[in-house]
Parts: sequence; C-alpha cells; structure tokens
Amino acid sequence: MFRYTLLRVLGAIPTLLLVIVLAFLMVHAAPGGPFDDERALPAEVEANIRDAYHLDEPLPKQLVRYLSGLLQGDLGPSYRYRGRSVSELIGGAFPLSLQLGALAMALAIIVGVSAGTVAALRQDSYLDRIVMAFTMTGISIPVFVFAPVLVLLFAVKLQWLPAGWSSTSGASRFLLPVITLALPQIAYIARLTRASMIDVLGRDFIRTARAQGLGTMTVVRLHALRPAMLPVLSYMGPAIAAILTGSVVVEEIFGIPGLGQAFVRGALNRDYTLVLGIVVFYATLIVFLNLLVDILYGVLDPRVRYR
Amino acid sequence: MSLLEIENLSIRYGDTAVVDGLDFELDHGESVGLVGESGSGKSQTAMAILGLLPRHAHISGSIRFDDTELVGATKETLNRFRAQRIGIVFQDPMQALNPYLRVGRQLREILVQHNLAEGSDVDARVIEMLGRVGLPDAERQFRSYPHQLSGGMRQRVMLASALIAEPDLLIADEPTTALDVTVQAQILELLEDVRDNTTLLLITHDLGIVAGYCERMLVLEKGRLVDSGATTSLFASPGHAHTRLLLAAAPRIDRADIPTPATGATILGIESAEVSYAERGRERLQAVHDVSLSLRDGETVAVVGESGSGKSSFVRALLGLVPMQSGRVVYAGAPLQGPVDRRSKAQRRDLQLVFQDPVTALNPQLRVHSIIDESLLVHEPQLSGGTRLERVIEALEQVGLDAGYLRRYPHELSGGQAQRVAIARALILEPKVLICDEAVAALDGSVREQVLALLRRVQAETGLAIIFISHDLAVVRAISHRVLVMYLGRLIELADNATLFARPRHPYTRALIDAVPVPDPVVAPNTAPLQGEVPSLLNPPSGCVFHPRCDHAIDVCANKLPVARTINGSRVACHRADELELGR
Amino acid sequence: MSFFRNRAISVSGGIILATAVVALFGPWISPNDYISTDFDRLLLAPTTTGGHFFGTDDLGRDLFVRTMLGIRVTLLVAIVASFVSLIIGVTYGAVAGFVGGRVDAAMMRFVDTLYALPFIFFVILLMVAFERNFLLIFIAIGAVNWLDMARIVRGQTLSLKEREFVAAARLTGVSTGRIIFRHIAPNLIGIVVVYLTLTIPQAILVESLLSFLGLGVQEPRTSLGALVNAGVNLMEGASWTLLIPAGLLAMLLMSFNFLGDGLRDYFDARHSS
Repeated sequence: MFRYTLLRVLGAIPTLLLVIVLAFLMVHAAPGGPFDDERALPAEVEANIRDAYHLDEPLPKQLVRYLSGLLQGDLGPSYRYRGRSVSELIGGAFPLSLQLGALAMALAIIVGVSAGTVAALRQDSYLDRIVMAFTMTGISIPVFVFAPVLVLLFAVKLQWLPAGWSSTSGASRFLLPVITLALPQIAYIARLTRASMIDVLGRDFIRTARAQGLGTMTVVRLHALRPAMLPVLSYMGPAIAAILTGSVVVEEIFGIPGLGQAFVRGALNRDYTLVLGIVVFYATLIVFLNLLVDILYGVLDPRVRYR
Repeated sequence: MSLLEIENLSIRYGDTAVVDGLDFELDHGESVGLVGESGSGKSQTAMAILGLLPRHAHISGSIRFDDTELVGATKETLNRFRAQRIGIVFQDPMQALNPYLRVGRQLREILVQHNLAEGSDVDARVIEMLGRVGLPDAERQFRSYPHQLSGGMRQRVMLASALIAEPDLLIADEPTTALDVTVQAQILELLEDVRDNTTLLLITHDLGIVAGYCERMLVLEKGRLVDSGATTSLFASPGHAHTRLLLAAAPRIDRADIPTPATGATILGIESAEVSYAERGRERLQAVHDVSLSLRDGETVAVVGESGSGKSSFVRALLGLVPMQSGRVVYAGAPLQGPVDRRSKAQRRDLQLVFQDPVTALNPQLRVHSIIDESLLVHEPQLSGGTRLERVIEALEQVGLDAGYLRRYPHELSGGQAQRVAIARALILEPKVLICDEAVAALDGSVREQVLALLRRVQAETGLAIIFISHDLAVVRAISHRVLVMYLGRLIELADNATLFARPRHPYTRALIDAVPVPDPVVAPNTAPLQGEVPSLLNPPSGCVFHPRCDHAIDVCANKLPVARTINGSRVACHRADELELGR
Repeated sequence: MSFFRNRAISVSGGIILATAVVALFGPWISPNDYISTDFDRLLLAPTTTGGHFFGTDDLGRDLFVRTMLGIRVTLLVAIVASFVSLIIGVTYGAVAGFVGGRVDAAMMRFVDTLYALPFIFFVILLMVAFERNFLLIFIAIGAVNWLDMARIVRGQTLSLKEREFVAAARLTGVSTGRIIFRHIAPNLIGIVVVYLTLTIPQAILVESLLSFLGLGVQEPRTSLGALVNAGVNLMEGASWTLLIPAGLLAMLLMSFNFLGDGLRDYFDARHSS
C-alpha cells in the first residue's frame, strides 16, 4: 500500500510541472501585452513597468523566476489590480467557490449514487425509467440553460428563492447556485452508478452471495457496493474538473464573486498573472485531489494493492 | 419421503425451453450425477432449485424440498433454504468468490445472516471449516483475498462456504472443470470425505467423475431427462440412445486402441529450448527450461501438462510468436529463424496453428469465406478469384462443412463449426506440421470426436505431423503416437504412447495418469491423489521442481536438477528413474 | 437487431437529420434574413405576421432565421470539431496501443495528465489571447475532446493486438499493413462511431459555453449558445427568446446521446450472439 501511494505521489509531480510550464508558455505566447488597450503610456513609464514586471527578460529566465516564486507561495502581482498580489486575490475569492463546489459535489454524490442504485435494483421498472429520463435531460441541458430557467421559475415567478447573490445574505442564496451546479453531475453519477451496479449485480460472486441466502440489502451493502463504486470513484477526477468549469458559468449568472468569475474577468482584462495564477492553483488542486482519488481506489480494490 | 422431488419442471426463455418436463427425486444421503452436454439444462436446473434464475425466465412445474414448494416461493422462504438446507459450489471459484473481500469475511456473513453463531464463535467456526476443507494455515487464509490463493485453494473455500451452514443437499455445478487434473482429483476426494451424509447432486459433463463418485445418474438431453438409474447399470446397459452416444464419446485413458509408433522421417526438431518472459520491475519468468523434441512425418506428439507447465510457451516459441532465449529449431533439415516475421513464406506456410477458443481465433468482422481465403491470398497471390473460391470450398468440405457456410460470420457458428473453420484455414495451405493448442478442450464429447477423427483422417491421407497440446490425458491416449510431459517448464518424460501409460518412469507422470477419472464404475477412483499444487513460476523449488510433491523424493532431489536421460527408449528427468517401478 | 429497426438509432437519427434539413432549407422559405433589423417590430412574440415564426429579438431581427442559422453553426462546429478530435484521438490511441511498451506508457501518461485538467480554462485562455477567431473554435474544441477517444481506441487496440485472430494472421504471414487494415481497424469502427456520437454533444456544449461567455461566434453570426446567451438577458419579458433556442439545444443533445446509446447496443449485439 505504501509503495503504491509513493509511486502515485511521485508521478504527480512531473504532471504538475508540465501543466505549469504549459500554462506559462500559453499566457506569454498570447499576442498583445497587458497594457495594450490602455491609453498610450509615455515610453519611459512603459519601460519602467516592463522592468518592474521583468517582461524584458528572456522567456526561460522568466519561467524560472516564476517557478521559484511558486515554491515560496508567491504567485506574483496582479497586472490589473496594482498593489495586490495574485495570491491575495485568489485567497479572497476561493473560499466561496470552495463552498459552492464542495456542497455541489456532496449533493451530486449522495443523490446520484442513491438514485443510480435504486434504478439498478429496480431495473426496467417505472422508477428506473423515470430516473433514466431525468438523467438524460440532466446531461443534455447545459448549465447555462438550466440556471436562467431555474432563476426564472423559482426567483422571479414563484419568488421562493433569491435571484441574485448580493440581494440577500442568508444561507438560502446558496440553494439555487449549488443545485444548478450539482444537477449535471447528479445526472452523470446516477447513470454511471446504475450502469456499474447493473454490471456488478450480474457477476458470479453476487449469484454466490444470493445462493448463500443473504438478503438483498446485505448483498448490496457487503458485496455489490464496493466494486460498483469503483467507476464512480474514477469519475471523481473529471467530475471535479466539470464542477470547476460549471462554477465559471454559475458564478457569472448569479453574480457570485468567486474564483471562476475572477478568472473570466482576468481573461477579459488581460490580467495575465492572475489568470496564470488561477490556472496553476486549480491545476495543483486537481492534481492533488486526483492523487487522493487514486489512493482511495487502492483502498477499495485489493487486487491493486497486493500484486 | 425423498429430500427433493422435482415434477414436470420446465424453464422457458421466450419461446425456447431450456428444461422441458423434468421429473426426478433425490433421497437423503445419496450421491447423484446429473450429466449432459452443454446446453442440456443441467445448470439451469440447479439454478431453479435455488431460485436463482434470471427474472425473465418462466418456470412451471414443482420443486419440493422436504415438503416445501420452492417454485414461486417468496424470497424469505428461499433464503431460509439457501445455505442452511441447500448449498452450492460453482464452477469457477475465481469468478464465484468476491475479489474485494477477504475470504473470512465472506464466510462469516453466512453464519451471521442465518443466526448460526455469535460473537467470537463466528470466526472460530469459519477457521475450523477452512481447516476441514484442507486449507493449510487456516488462520492466515481467513485474512487472505481470493486472488492470493491458488485455484484449488479457492475451490476449497467455495466448498467451505457451501457446507458451513450444514445443509442437507449439496449441489456441485462442474466443480472441477476449471482446475488442473491433479487438483481435480484432490477436490473430488475432499468432496467425498467432507460431505458426510449430505445428499450430493453432482453436475458434470465428465462421465469419469460420475462413474467414480455417483451412485445414481440422470442423463439430460436438450432439457429433457432421457435416462436415469444406478450408475453401474446405466454404464453397462444404457437405456437411451443419447446415453450410448455420451458413453461412446467419453475418452478412456485405459483404452487399448491406440496409434502405433510412427516411422516417417524426422521433419521438425527443437533442441534445448529456453523461453522466459520479463515483466516490468520483476525478475525474468522462466517459462520453458531446456526442452527438446523431435517430430516425424505423419506423427502426432502430444504435449501434456497442467497450468504453468510451459506447454503453450514452448509451442509459441517454436512458431516464432515469442522469442526463444536459447536453443534452436530445425525444420526439414534447415535451421528456422527465431521471430516469425523473419521466416520465409514457405516455412511459415508449413507450420500452422489451431487455437483453443475458436470464436476468438476468428476475426468477428470477416465472413468464413474471407477468413479462409486470406491464407491463400498471402501465399498464392497469383491464383484467380475463381480458383481461390474453389480451393476454399474444398477446404470446407475437407472439414465437413458445406459451401453454405461461406457467408456466415463467426458469431453465427457453433463452437464445433468455428473450430472446423479454424482448421480449414490452417489446412488450406497444406502444411506439413499442424500445432493444436488445446484445440478440442472447448468442445463437447461428440463434436470433439468428430474433430479428432478429422485430424486423424487428414494425417493418414497427407502425412501431416501434429503437435497436440492438451491437459486431457484421455484424449491424448486416443490420438498420439508419443507423449511429452512437462511440469513447470521442464521436460519430465517423453515416451511412446503405450510405454508412457503402461510403464511411466516419472512419479509425476504416474500421478497424472492416476488422477484421470475413468468412465467405468468398475474402476475405483483414486483415493490417494497427489497432494499440493503446482508451485508458482516466480518461486520454483530447488533441484527437481517436482520434489516437494513427490512420494519418492530423496535428498539429492532437493539439491540437484535432474538431467533428462534415455532409458529404454523413453526420455526421463528423474534421479531415481532406473530404480522406480511405477507400472500398474 | 437490424440497424434501422433499433428504435434509438432510427428515432434520434431521424430527429437530427430532420433538424439539419430544416436548418438548411428553412431560411430559404422565410421572407426574412438574419441580419436586418426592424425597429418597428422589436421583441415580437412568435406569430405569423411577417413570417416571424419564432418572433423577433431586441433588435427586431427575425428569430426563426437566426435560430436556423444558429443550428447550422452549432452543428457545423460540433461535427467538424468532433472529426478533428476523432482524427487526433484515433491516431494517437491506435499508435499507442499498437506500438505498446514504453512508448504506450509514456503516451498514456501524457493523456492522463491532460485528462485531469479543466481544459476549459486553457480554451478560454486561448480564445482570449488569440482573439475570437472562428477557426480557433474548432481547434479549441477538438483539443478538449480527443482524450476520451484516444483512451478508448488505445484500450481497444491493445486488446485486439492480443487476440488470437491477429496472432493467426501473423503466423500465416499476413503483412502488418494488412493486419492493421483488415483485422484491427474494422474492429475499431464500432467503438469509434459510438464515441463519435457522444463526442458531438460534448463539442456542442463547449461551443455553447464559449458563446455564452462571449468568446464563441461573433455577431452578427450566431449559434444556439449565443442565442441562449441573448435569451438569458431578455427572458423576463420575452421568454421565447430563451426557451426556443434552449429547447432546440437540449433536443439536439438528447438525440445525439440516444443515438450513441442505440449504436452501442447495436454493436454489442453483433459481437455477442
């Protein structure tokens, strides 16, 4: 087990490095500097700025400077918001996104797995068909279509929930954004769980368990759940990425000052350090979470652990 | 009153009836064999008794166990009978055990579910049961995962799980089919020892097993019971034609009618082959160690061995599909290049291979016609389309299939038909040597006989030399001139058919022969089978690889590797070959 | 089960085809075009006057024609982008699977790396950095989607390579090229087609997302995603501006998903009878 974990951790480092370098190159390869669309600056001032941000140095040197800064936790200064560092900006915006994302993920797993399991146990029944129909719409309708429709329905027409983020400050304002963010993942996870559970329930060792006189709930709990969860666990990596993507849209629509919104603003404002910083931050987060998922997979599947 | 009464049982899927009007009874304490070819409905019947048929199966008729009707019974009722009154052992323990749970955990749940034990008692009873089924170091096995155990050990665990709740009836559905022959013998004996007075319903296609372990037998054909009675009577005078067919098709290891030694010129020679595989991060696996063999025109040499024997690796190295680390192959007087891609077209043409599973050996996207035609296209491109078609039809006829099969896809063929297509694909090139890698293992009795007859006929007509890999000694007895026995990659014994079976010189050969059940109730089964299992290739024993399991081992056997030597025409690798008297 | 008798395939395939046909020919029968503004008829609900079957938007432009145009663009982008990712993914996966060994391990490590990232961030970055280039959209979407295809194709190629009929072909002396074309490739088609129909909805979603954020197709051209974006802003008074393009988008996505499911069933049946 230890060896397995160690290998995974070691493997994650070059991955991360690759991502950071890639992102760095992309940002700096983009034509147009960060100051292009402002009013023309006197040459002297511009030279000063370039010097302050080390923009005249050769690219490899800038890269090394950036990487060493990273190791110290310094993501550089924001181009747009003078006087504030990227780390500061991220630190301000991330907690909100984290809350949204974590809640959405939790909701997605709980509802998705339950729905999928029930559908699998009652395969081909009306319940199953309803679940399948719902999940099909869930994966077919994009978040940015769902969100405004839900807002229209619950906030505007029915007035049950607040429409905008800043209009109230209670916990109820979390409800719509979290649900919107979670919906596609609920659909995906439900389908995945159902398919995986059906597959596992068809395997020989389930037949053995039933032949041993074990009740349905015991069979599911003891024998079927663990292997059925493996594909779902593998999906957690892409799921996290999808929730991050979705958060960009949800934050835009609901006006939530989270990291996704900061990213889009940064991209539109050509605040390259901020943008790069967010990408690096998210990439690190994702690589780390994927590592956790991998390790968890090893815990669930003994064949991976003991060769 | 009988323990189990089945009356007019029918199982239908849509329009097809897989079991039709089945009637039989089982009494307390008896052992009954349920035989038939694949598709005869044996497993379906077992599933029906336990209520494990899929939802879309239609069941009619009656299954009364100890006066309770099981057909249409509620889940609660069925669960009361499962494990506690009726236990079952399935065919493939690797699939039948949960790979994600430790062995002990799976077993203890049975006791807990049925309230048969509590607290620390539970684990104690599980460990005791594991010991009773012959698992060494039961405490450790309690904590193991299934994939850490060998095939035989897994099946013992399965048996433990079936008997732990002390049922009245034990159903064993092909319990030894997935196991090596020597392990099969152990499990069959274990079954006999450990069941006490439990009624045994033994489902199998192997008449040798029925003859040795069942007092009564029931014969199924296409879902119908066609014959039933005491085993001895049925074997002596079968009632139904199908029973006669099955008996005739069952190969006997003690048969007298065997091929006489071949006298043609030597066509193929393999000298001191060494084959090993490297796996990432691990040491090299020695699959074949110093094995030599020669083959004559018109001769069939069988290569026999259990899992890990290296027979497949040996043959694949011979064909150039895997690299040979050392040794050489000589064909028609000239040395043969290692990798198959470097051999000449003529050489490739002359050595052909037929695989075990015919369905995966054929490209599912191609029709039969294209599959066979391709061989010709490669070697005789100058032929016109019309001529090729003629030759393909000829090849099909040679294997007993008519031109109507040309347009079929592999998934539209039965196992026997697909195997014949595979053989036609090989024979159309008129090879000199045909290698059959477990070519008949997946086939039923009668179909297998047909394919073997086909091979014999082609050999007689064309002087084809055959290397026949098999784990089934009875089949080997029937068709080979000489036999090569392998164990853990080493040559154990190489002798004439007659000599090998009558007077084997190696203890392993003796044990192997003894382990094969004979389809004759008069012949007693082997009550003292070879112990232990084939060791892992990763950790072969020192000296003679067989010595840990050998009854005749002496000190030198553990220290020194025996070299193959010739004694009276047989080659043997055993330190004691000249002193041991192993004939019966 | 024959190809056309499979309901999932015929119904969803039919819907997609019908939509494409209407999108192609619809604008011809309409008296309006996609670009003319009509300040007398702003935000008209769907009606028959003036042929404004889907109503008009906030600039008085006919929504029927614009929606048809939007469908064309969405489908075009999705299909072309999917083919881009198909070509990249299949080649990459097939090479990795066929060559095997260290090369395969390295190639798949690379894929695993990319797989874990929210590529959308890179896409957005690209789009912003290199201006909103129409061509770039295809590349961006293709770049996101090829990973799945590569993985699937590589897995399939690996298992095919070990299959006995390939070994039999090698033994007989069939040339490597012929093995690839006759034995491996045809067995890949099934799974590639299935995944293609599932890649297309993903591409549509990516394109729609980009358009929604303002980074996709630029005015006056439009796609379903852009129309939805516009509709979101207008939805409180003129809900049809949101509901019609959103509904069509959802319908297309569902049809492709069903089609993929149906194709998968069809190919599964053929292999295991």
